[in-house]
Amino acid sequence: MDTAALKLSFQLASLTTLVLLVVGLPVAQWLATTRWRGKVLVEAVVALPLVLPPTVLGFYLLVAFGPRTPLGRAWADVFGGPLPFSFGGLLVASVIYGLPFAVQPFTAALARVDRSLVEASHSLGVSRVGTFARVSLPLAAPGILAGCVLTFAHALGEFGVVLMVGGNIPGETRTLSIAIFNHVEQLDYAAAGRTSLLLLAISFAVLVLTYALQRGRGGAWGR
Amino acid sequence: MGALSFRFERRFREGPAIAAEAHVPLGEAPVTVLFGPSGSGKTTILRALAGLETPDSGFIRFAGETWFDAATRTLVPAQRRGVGLLFQEYALFPHLGVAANIGYGVHGLRRAERDERVREVARLCAVEDLLDRRPAQLSGGQRQRVALSRALAPRPRLLLLDEPLSALDQALREELRTELRRLLVASRVPALVVTHDRAEALSLGDRIAVVIGGRIRQTGPVSEVFAAPADRDVARVVGTENVLPAHVTSRSDGLATVTVGTATLLALDVAGAPDDVFACIRAEEVTLEPRDGAPTSARNRLAATVTVTALEGPLVRVHLDCGFPLVALVTRKSADDLRIAPGANVAALVKAPAVRLVPHGTSTSPP
Repeated sequence: MDTAALKLSFQLASLTTLVLLVVGLPVAQWLATTRWRGKVLVEAVVALPLVLPPTVLGFYLLVAFGPRTPLGRAWADVFGGPLPFSFGGLLVASVIYGLPFAVQPFTAALARVDRSLVEASHSLGVSRVGTFARVSLPLAAPGILAGCVLTFAHALGEFGVVLMVGGNIPGETRTLSIAIFNHVEQLDYAAAGRTSLLLLAISFAVLVLTYALQRGRGGAWGR
Repeated sequence: MGALSFRFERRFREGPAIAAEAHVPLGEAPVTVLFGPSGSGKTTILRALAGLETPDSGFIRFAGETWFDAATRTLVPAQRRGVGLLFQEYALFPHLGVAANIGYGVHGLRRAERDERVREVARLCAVEDLLDRRPAQLSGGQRQRVALSRALAPRPRLLLLDEPLSALDQALREELRTELRRLLVASRVPALVVTHDRAEALSLGDRIAVVIGGRIRQTGPVSEVFAAPADRDVARVVGTENVLPAHVTSRSDGLATVTVGTATLLALDVAGAPDDVFACIRAEEVTLEPRDGAPTSARNRLAATVTVTALEGPLVRVHLDCGFPLVALVTRKSADDLRIAPGANVAALVKAPAVRLVPHGTSTSPP
């Protein structure tokens, strides 16, 4: 069993979800409330990973963070090593690639929050940030949770961009999906089958859990 | 207490611009009604006053503070205006209980003090027994009172109510009009109420501002605006109606005797109405005849002196003094036959069923 790959995949998926929660929520809130017409540009950028081949994203990341580029040097200065073929690089790629899976459900959930509830909170003297935390966030929680699960499940199985940016270093960048690829290449179908089944079971369990949670929540709020 | 005065314009990509201007004294009259047909811009005015909508130009001042001034780029955000807002659909937070809803806007107090404040307003609005419920478990009338409690809890300096009764069904609406009026007076917070319903305007308001086509066309005490509309548009919106402050002196057999000014009128009684009412008489329902005419079936026969007459198409609007000001609308032919002119003495006849009583508790009425 590829315990190292399993651990790595979970680490990557958890951190990706965490980063996207922190970065994605403000972006989603902005998208859900702004009346600026140019927001379609931002929406398109967020959705890009849905249609772009992962190899394209991986290629640009490799080029942008190459050892001789300013970005690459800045990264090396801060993190003490180059971005490509490291876990950090994997995380950056995974976050960018997971953007739509987090931001789109977040935005949909936040846009469904009744505008008059937000206005009521403002008129009761609660700041924008306070209103977000006390009204928008709890009311959008089921949708935000769904976005997190989707992001997590997607990051868990990500392959193309990982291969491009991370390569295939055991314990550092060899995730579950890369491990499966390796097994198949080595014609070790039994091992590939075990790992595949594991990934399938985890993904299915996570999704069942989400839908069950969403149902429970919706009932309590009378929706 | 100061006044709320504003003059601002708000333009929209579609639809007519709102250009509102008014001076609302807040001390002497507890409730001011923004009255007008749907789509006339009442809600936009209310939202601009609450700070939820930013006007394009002009100013809004409240009790010596500037809330908005386009010239000096001043804008006090909704959070710092100290305004209590009641939304049309009440906008209670569905994920919070009733007590948490009411206490939501109470800041800077210890927990015990906040709980005490919540109980205090809950008692005032008669929702004390509902504090453990969730908004989804409340009836329409209960939601309204919880929303009002929530707006009152932070001790606002001004209450703004957007169609406070429109989310309720018809029967409940009539019942709760008097109740809401009582609560607004008891809260001692000056209130501005948006409504398109004439009966609501009459039973809730002390002063009225008539909004037509995005502009405030006339403001004044309710009975004055109804008695003397500034122009034809206002007259059409408020209806050609005499609205007379009256006091019920006795009731029997479904009829009520009310005093209006120095005169007495007989009217159909309204069940459960307080003694302070408005007696409403449509100008078309007032018949004029010579003073020495024979008795008719009309129960109210008042000696009247014509004060002013005005032509209104085929009709003449006759202003009378019969111990209180009364307006009658008669045809030109009738006016000619009766030789109606300022100073003429006539009798004004009104059937008892034509005198409609609208409950209107005054600020001195018992809670």
